[in-house]
Amino acid sequence: MPMFTPGADPGSSFPELLKRVGLTPAATTGDVGAELSVPHATTCVALRFAGGVVMAGDRRATSGNLISHRGMEKVVQADLHSGVAIAGAAGPAMEMVKLFQLQLEHYEKVEGNALSLEGKANQLSMMVRGNLPAAMQGMVVVPIFAGYDLLRTNGRLFTYDVTGGRYEEHDYVATGSGMLHAGTVIKIAWRDGLDREAAVALACRGLWEAADADSATGGPDALRGIYPVVAVITADGWERLDDIELAAVFESIAAEVRAR
Amino acid sequence: MNMPFYVAPEQVMKDRADYARKGIARGRALVAVRYVDGIALVAENPSNTLRKISEIYDRIAFAGVGKYNEFDQLRVAGVRAADLKGYQYSRDDVDARSLANNYAQILGQIFTHEMKPMEVEILVAEVGSTPDGDQLFHILYDGTVMDERRYTVLGGDAEAIGGRLKESYADDEALPVVVREATKALSGPDRTLAATDLEVAVLSRTNGRRCFRRLTDAAVAEALAG
Repeated sequence: MPMFTPGADPGSSFPELLKRVGLTPAATTGDVGAELSVPHATTCVALRFAGGVVMAGDRRATSGNLISHRGMEKVVQADLHSGVAIAGAAGPAMEMVKLFQLQLEHYEKVEGNALSLEGKANQLSMMVRGNLPAAMQGMVVVPIFAGYDLLRTNGRLFTYDVTGGRYEEHDYVATGSGMLHAGTVIKIAWRDGLDREAAVALACRGLWEAADADSATGGPDALRGIYPVVAVITADGWERLDDIELAAVFESIAAEVRAR
Repeated sequence: MNMPFYVAPEQVMKDRADYARKGIARGRALVAVRYVDGIALVAENPSNTLRKISEIYDRIAFAGVGKYNEFDQLRVAGVRAADLKGYQYSRDDVDARSLANNYAQILGQIFTHEMKPMEVEILVAEVGSTPDGDQLFHILYDGTVMDERRYTVLGGDAEAIGGRLKESYADDEALPVVVREATKALSGPDRTLAATDLEVAVLSRTNGRRCFRRLTDAAVAEALAG
């Protein structure tokens, strides 16, 4: 059981604790991205609506021109009131998300209160910055962080760059290889004060168009029953939509496209 | 030359144990009782911020009585040990028994080797996926571990409180009933405890991944009103 003297105590930081006990994950060295073609995760979007935020991400991971995974979950719950969506090298991104989830829970347990949304966004910023040496070698990780701010009582979105730069977006945000297509679709249709249903439909429509034009983004796969991960975060917390609801949303998009 | 007086080891241990027991007896007591969905922890604690009961991991809770800074230090060490183990292996590998053993080692070590023993009594509780898996480990200031099945009492006046609990306890009771009985056992026949005097939390099988949940004063008041 780890005990520390007051001067050497890592406080409520889990990454700092890992450092003290010598468990820090080894940094990737060498040009891994170019030589090994590690799996990459692709398009994710998030947008604000009246009651909070909607996050959505497709399920495909690619290695070069091959599909390496059909069921990857890139939109994950960070804690009760927030979620992370990742695009970039899948391995480091998953590790970063795992560490981020643990850090939020660890802080909450040690301190007795959850971090503020702003605090969580800053924490993720530090983790992205910590990945910079790996990013220089091709293992880029660029997450979206979204959540419901209990202090300000609204949904908020944050996007990051490779250096850990943190930018708050007001309306919507898209990341990954299909970000241009998905982002444009959402940009055109986004209105202030959308309701939950309209926001979910819009996020799905953005992913649909990205999958239509970008080979690295996966569309809804009715054959295998694989649908994008879509989650809604409101004052009541995180809620992931089930496949039955998503199947209906995508069916109505398909019907609309067919009728054109 | 000054010769140090010889003190028998029995005497040293007895003095230390008396010292620790006196410190613990000054504080208010805490009980843990099994109910139908898991384990209820009820403490007499007028403070709304300095907690005696807290979450360690998905299915594990910690409770301490005695000197606050000492059991809080143990609590944080437990959270760290559990989170590290879960990170290194998997969430399923974190269990109350190994945490309880770790605590026993630390308390035993401090009791025999340090100037002053820790004036604490702690509880590590784990809720199983079925009622058979519920575990209560009660650890004393000297590292003695006791594995309890149905309920346990920590802190001053434990014997009297345990006697009252023994009479009222029954298997598979509902949460409000258990909270009411635990409160009655804590207060005794001569006084009554209100919701604001209590700190109540549960480890419930019905809470999803993180089983730990605190009960608000309103919820406790409702349970006490019955």
